Amino acid sequence: MKLEQGYPESMLASIAEVERTRAERLETRFPKLEATEAEQLLQRYHPDYRPEGKRAIAVGPNRGDQAPHELVDLLEAQPRITPGDVDLSRIDHEIDLLILGGGGAGTVAALWAVAEGLEPNQILIATKLRHGDANSMMAQGGIQAAVAPGDSPAQHFLDAYGGGHFTNRRELVRALVEDAPGILRWHEKLGVLYDRDTAGEMLRKHGGGTSRMRMHSAKDYTGMELMRVLRDAARDLEIPVLEFASALELLTDEVGRVAGAVLVDLETSCYRVVRARATLLATGGFGRLHIQGYATTNHYGATADGLVLAYRAGARLRDMDAVQYHPTGAAYPEQLVGQLITEKVRSMGAQPINCHGVQFVYPLEPRDVEASAFIRECYERGNQVDTPTGFSGVWLDSPMVEAIHGPGTIERNLAAMARMFRRFDIDMTRQPILVFPTLHYQNGGIAIDPDGRTEVPGLFAAGEVSGGIHGKNRLMGNSLLDYNVFGRRAGRAAAQDILAGVAPGPAVTLEHAYRHAEACRQAGITGELRSPLLLPDYRGKEALSRRIDLL
Amino acid sequence: MSLSELPDLPSPLVTIHILGRLVQVPEGLTLMKAMEYAGFRLVHGVGCRGGFCGSCGILYRMADDYKLRPALACQTTVAEGMYLARMPFVPTNRAHHDLTQVNLATTTTLLASRYPELARCVACNTCTKACPQELQVMDYVQFALRDDWAEVTRESFDCIQCGLCALRCPADIAQFQVAQLARRAHALHNVAPSPQLAARVASIKAGEHRPELERLLDMDVDGLRALHAAREIEEAS
Ligand SMILES: Cc1cc2nc3c(=O)[nH]c(=O)nc-3n(C[C@H](O)[C@H](O)[C@H](O)COP(=O)(O)OP(=O)(O)OC[C@H]3O[C@@H](n4cnc5c(N)ncnc54)[C@H](O)[C@@H]3O)c2cc1C
Ligand code: SF4
Ligand code: SF4
Ligand code: FES
Repeated sequence: MKLEQGYPESMLASIAEVERTRAERLETRFPKLEATEAEQLLQRYHPDYRPEGKRAIAVGPNRGDQAPHELVDLLEAQPRITPGDVDLSRIDHEIDLLILGGGGAGTVAALWAVAEGLEPNQILIATKLRHGDANSMMAQGGIQAAVAPGDSPAQHFLDAYGGGHFTNRRELVRALVEDAPGILRWHEKLGVLYDRDTAGEMLRKHGGGTSRMRMHSAKDYTGMELMRVLRDAARDLEIPVLEFASALELLTDEVGRVAGAVLVDLETSCYRVVRARATLLATGGFGRLHIQGYATTNHYGATADGLVLAYRAGARLRDMDAVQYHPTGAAYPEQLVGQLITEKVRSMGAQPINCHGVQFVYPLEPRDVEASAFIRECYERGNQVDTPTGFSGVWLDSPMVEAIHGPGTIERNLAAMARMFRRFDIDMTRQPILVFPTLHYQNGGIAIDPDGRTEVPGLFAAGEVSGGIHGKNRLMGNSLLDYNVFGRRAGRAAAQDILAGVAPGPAVTLEHAYRHAEACRQAGITGELRSPLLLPDYRGKEALSRRIDLL
Repeated sequence: MSLSELPDLPSPLVTIHILGRLVQVPEGLTLMKAMEYAGFRLVHGVGCRGGFCGSCGILYRMADDYKLRPALACQTTVAEGMYLARMPFVPTNRAHHDLTQVNLATTTTLLASRYPELARCVACNTCTKACPQELQVMDYVQFALRDDWAEVTRESFDCIQCGLCALRCPADIAQFQVAQLARRAHALHNVAPSPQLAARVASIKAGEHRPELERLLDMDVDGLRALHAAREIEEAS
């Protein structure tokens, strides 16, 4: 295929249209949608509003609630462990606090459990891949906190609650916004490098749905800078981490209190039994379920395992019917499809433009509204740009960022983005980039209280796996904040319980999982599927069709 | 409107070697997707799939070329005649340190004392050539030798800790580990805490925002809707 600076000839004419209208667009401002218009757009185009994408859960605490098929399939699947597989009389680790998931939430929880008084070697972080191979590492845009004099926790509350369509649990939002400045202060003390102005104040930006500029960032490597410092701090304290150790099932005592977990190494398939006084789920989100066939921004291990495990143990989930599609996933080149184009590109001035060079939506509507407008432009109005491999998208006019803020701005502020496209010969400082919505965030999750307690005794949850903080829609910058605020709260609460002598009874069982499996069979659910999923399978069809099970 | 991981459209094939075996894969795939296409189910050497986590370092060589080239499997496109080998992560040493126990104001050898192998750098620039983030790795190693944390920070900020530099270094220096320590030292010692932030933390501690928050907690949803709709939006600067 002949490429002209990264783009095939078929896309160049449309790029010329974008360039033609740029000067005029720099001078005009596209109006924000009225609330009723936004609502109509959502109803008609947002994937969440398609009834065929969901069904009611048939068993368990959320029986009757709607959720995406891909998730319900896993919640109703049989456990991977069957009676007799695992010798529960041999305990491999006997510890105070078991943390499942070594992303941001898990690491923060461990740090604060130590601060609260637990011995580091009485904690174990078990994680699927390596410590930090997680959605937390990938966040680009920033983290919200109401720090500036013209801003306040109450203002932050309003933004988050309205952004969540007034469905969030208010006590959780309050904790989120009230703890936020303290979290940033803690980060300063750990050595996190936020972007600052010459006077030494942290830089602030808008994000979709914010009424004040309160997005704090570290270039477009915010998540990476945070995660690598938190991980380094955990290494300072020598908190034990088991890598390549996936949680396969929780353990419960004779009365159903959570008592640890069975872990498995995905390469050797060997298991370990961990008994713990408290267990904290921090396994992150579910992007790799590819709900409704969408590509995703999420890391490889984002497969809803924590939801499945907690659900079998009796934990209630909430808001699972609402999925966040980020409006700007890369739609070209093929190698980048689904990858996130940070919202910061729009907050710095880039406008969404259709194939004719015309802007069709205000750039910073809430994410679900913005994504719906993109879908309408591509699939109803026919103003999309098609790629040679059969995807469609609209332009994000990235050169506007430099036109507004001066040359070099992209390299300074959006280095990760620029590098990503440069690798595939596209220069986003001079050429627009093609985008389409991508599956980004699990809005709902395990119901928790402000201390990260689930409704199951002995089980805590924090981070993307939990629900209620963001209601039906999370605003950008509130989930990095969420994993810090609730990682800390859950880590401390778990430590306090442990230090107060709270502990499960002597039995270590998988009864809850078998009971759930039986309930599924009773409900007439047949099928071979087992869960947790652990990893998606991307092997080629051709290769799979020739596979012989040998060793 | 569905976007799957791999296109179903027929595309021209390229011939490559993966861990010694000859395979044909569609052109335009990343090395990671090419391995999967060929039947590998990846468990290690894969993380974010987006160029941020540094877990997917690989080595490859082109046909008729002697050069071994390091790359990120998730950020590199397959090309005809590639020979590629997957890597585990690079098991580098992280020197033990607890920055709260160090007097950053007086030390001038923080990095060299924790990583004495820094002195063995032969300035061959191999690390710089290996870096998929195109960082000037050798330069930051030189700054590290002088304990210049600010400069190491500037040069190393975009490091994704993939370890490819360390893998290729003849002096066995773990450049990215050194850089991590330098950045934290820089942040703690050279960056003054934000005054606004300190003030806000204090006002929260003093309970100043509590009444306003509690008013919102108790308000009916319609009241909150109205407040939300009436928000003034701060002008972007
Ligand atoms: C590309 C991208 C950009 C983003 N940008 C922003 C942003 O700018 N601002 C913002 O606020 N938020 C952003 N987010 C969202 C935010 O990064 C995440 O919601 C947040 O980091 C989640 O943290 P976590 O610790 O809950 O989950 P994760 O960081 O995903 O960590 C979960 C960990 O658990 C592991 N795990 C999973 N299953 C198991 C199992 N069975 N056993 C053991 N371990 C398991 C995972 O492998 C992973 O290591 C972004 C997300 C993505 C993907
Ligand atoms: S400096 Fe080293 S570890 Fe960091 S990105 Fe470059 S090669 Fe990878
Ligand atoms: S590869 Fe090693 S020896 Fe060569 S310049 Fe880099 S740090 Fe120095
Ligand atoms: S998989 Fe994370 S950098 Fe390639």
